Amino acid sequence: MRFLIKGGTIVDPVAETLTESDVLVANGLIVETGKELKDPEAAVIDATGRYVCPGLLDMHVHLREPGYEYKEDIQSGTRAAAMGGFTAVACMPNTNPVADNAAVISFIKQKARHAAVGVYPIGALTKGSQGKELTEMADLKAAGAVALSDDGQPVMDAGTMYRVMQYAAMLGLTVISHCEDLSLAAGGQMHEGAVSTMLGLKGIPAAAEEVMVARDILLAEATGCRLHLAHISTEGSVRLIREAKARGIKVTAEVTPHHFTLTDEAVQGFNTNAKVNPPLRRQADVEAVKEGLRDGTIDVIATDHAPHAYYEKDVEFQYAPNGLVGLETAVGLVFTRLVQPGILTVPQAVAKLSWHPRQVLGLPGGRLTPGAVADITVIDPNLSEVVDPAKLQSKSKNTPFARWKLTGLPVMTMVNGNIVMQERRLLV
Amino acid sequence: MFWQRKDLLGLRQLTPEEINLVLDTAVPMKEIIGRKIKKTPTLRGRSVVTLFYENSTRTRSSFELAAKFLSADTVGLSASGSSVAKGESLRDTGLTLTAMGVDVVVMRHPASGAAEYLARCIPAAVINAGDGTHEHPTQALLDMFTIREKKGSLAGLKVAIVGDILHSRVARSNIWGLTKMGAEVRVVGPATLLPPDIEQMGARVYTEVEAALEGVDVVNVLRIQLERQQQGLFPSLREYSRLFGINQKRLELTAPDALIMHPGPMNRGVEIDPQVAYGNRSVINEQVTNGVAVRMALLYLLTGGEHNAISH
Repeated sequence: MRFLIKGGTIVDPVAETLTESDVLVANGLIVETGKELKDPEAAVIDATGRYVCPGLLDMHVHLREPGYEYKEDIQSGTRAAAMGGFTAVACMPNTNPVADNAAVISFIKQKARHAAVGVYPIGALTKGSQGKELTEMADLKAAGAVALSDDGQPVMDAGTMYRVMQYAAMLGLTVISHCEDLSLAAGGQMHEGAVSTMLGLKGIPAAAEEVMVARDILLAEATGCRLHLAHISTEGSVRLIREAKARGIKVTAEVTPHHFTLTDEAVQGFNTNAKVNPPLRRQADVEAVKEGLRDGTIDVIATDHAPHAYYEKDVEFQYAPNGLVGLETAVGLVFTRLVQPGILTVPQAVAKLSWHPRQVLGLPGGRLTPGAVADITVIDPNLSEVVDPAKLQSKSKNTPFARWKLTGLPVMTMVNGNIVMQERRLLV
Repeated sequence: MFWQRKDLLGLRQLTPEEINLVLDTAVPMKEIIGRKIKKTPTLRGRSVVTLFYENSTRTRSSFELAAKFLSADTVGLSASGSSVAKGESLRDTGLTLTAMGVDVVVMRHPASGAAEYLARCIPAAVINAGDGTHEHPTQALLDMFTIREKKGSLAGLKVAIVGDILHSRVARSNIWGLTKMGAEVRVVGPATLLPPDIEQMGARVYTEVEAALEGVDVVNVLRIQLERQQQGLFPSLREYSRLFGINQKRLELTAPDALIMHPGPMNRGVEIDPQVAYGNRSVINEQVTNGVAVRMALLYLLTGGEHNAISH
């Protein structure tokens, strides 16, 4: 199948350029870019007024399979990704069983062959993500794990984390750290501050995250391991990462759309869809992560897509699980909250959604150059939509953005030269 | 003015006018409690369920007596020995009670926000009898009733709340209610038992009890739980008592006619000296009586009281 994407603006996240150019795709590869391209056999896709971007990659999702298929599975999760403009996702290992061995990684890879978008599994750091014994990291890598993480289950013991990083560094694997000191966060339900005081909910202080960010930066420095800090949420964390980068430590960081958009005020009324870990923080923290995105301290935007069944969130606040679905609202939030207010340029925003996560994970792609795999996302910066949870492709509907109007939406997702989403409709 | 709300979930949402309506309605209710025959037909044919997910003696019996004095039919459900113990969700328990024709659900629950959640799930009126560390509005209303009865008005008074503010739903409801009525609220306790940013609720924060008691009109002493010491939140009951215990000497710092209150149950000799608890300024037992009156007023208002006749 041949496609000619005509009249759009190509986004180059590396050169940070916007170029009016057509793109010709054939046999799953990008053949040519340039003005006024012609190909009589190609199906023409009009991209006038739209951004033609390298395929977006969400490096932090929970696909829930195996084990929690009632929340999400690889099929439904990747359909949500396609709808959200992502051509690939990296999935966290907190499944049941935990992806702490090659068999589970292989299972995910096999299931993903029929998925709507590419799936890159992340393996566990420790067996059962219990924070004690190292996993067979070389075996995980050979099976296809692109990085390692005990996401959601922070490695509390510094000695264990030190050895994890030494071993991962030997194998050239990135360690993704969910920074949360459990002794500080213990039993916490939301950010510790005025709102938690008013609602009588136990707070999670900013220090619970920052203590671990500081620890893991020091361990990365000591071991030379490549460290990626997941879902950074506080002003202090941004400052620590900025200082670490200035000192030349191999650390990268991500922020979620909900952490650059919402504050702890979203929890008022005991809204369980705003219950997430790390918790939604203060306005000053939101401003700090936006500044971190702007000045390059924060490299990646990732969703931490965390589906939960309706009935799991339809309970008293403290009994509800943490997490929210993010794949289908991410691009809209990036454009509405970061690009339109001028915090990020379009190439910078696209870099944080495509080029940088690929660099962190050591994956190819991320630029629309001839010969590259045709993973392409087309975004219409002027298209608006009101978020309707019932229409989400994800099995779960736990979004705090219901009824939000978002402007700047993906209108085509192409994976390996096949269109999986076009004009806001799934084709898979 | 008429009562408009389906539920009573907390004092945060109430206006001063609504608070006054409850307190004014409680005045004739208290008169009923003083009668030899404590029964009026006001709520005849109405049903009240007390749904308690936490142990409670005084709040539960206070609500049940309040309902019975008004001739409502009452049923008491506890977390043990009911579907609750079998893991039924709160929504389903609420819907089941609704299907049985209940008019008012009085609920105590260990989770903050549980009352608000239940109120969204069911059409019946919900009265929050304490939810986690969030609110305990009927306790604060009875505290305010007691203060108003003794002092004539709430505006301009200084009220000190002493103890474990962090875990206290009584403190939170009192702060919302008293500040709305124009009183000054001071909270004092160990730094580890003061919630962050509580001044944003309108309270003044102290860690030195002497400074907090200076010139106050009311001292509301909270129960300190030994469990908090075991959690490492303060070193010992001995040190707590030395730093924050309310005794005769400390009472000299207050206004001469200051009231002593305690929501109960008391740890005599820890947060409050027995001399103070039983002294002539203590209104602790009157609080209990007023609790029944305030709860009668709320049951009356929430079941559409403005259409019933009541002797004022």
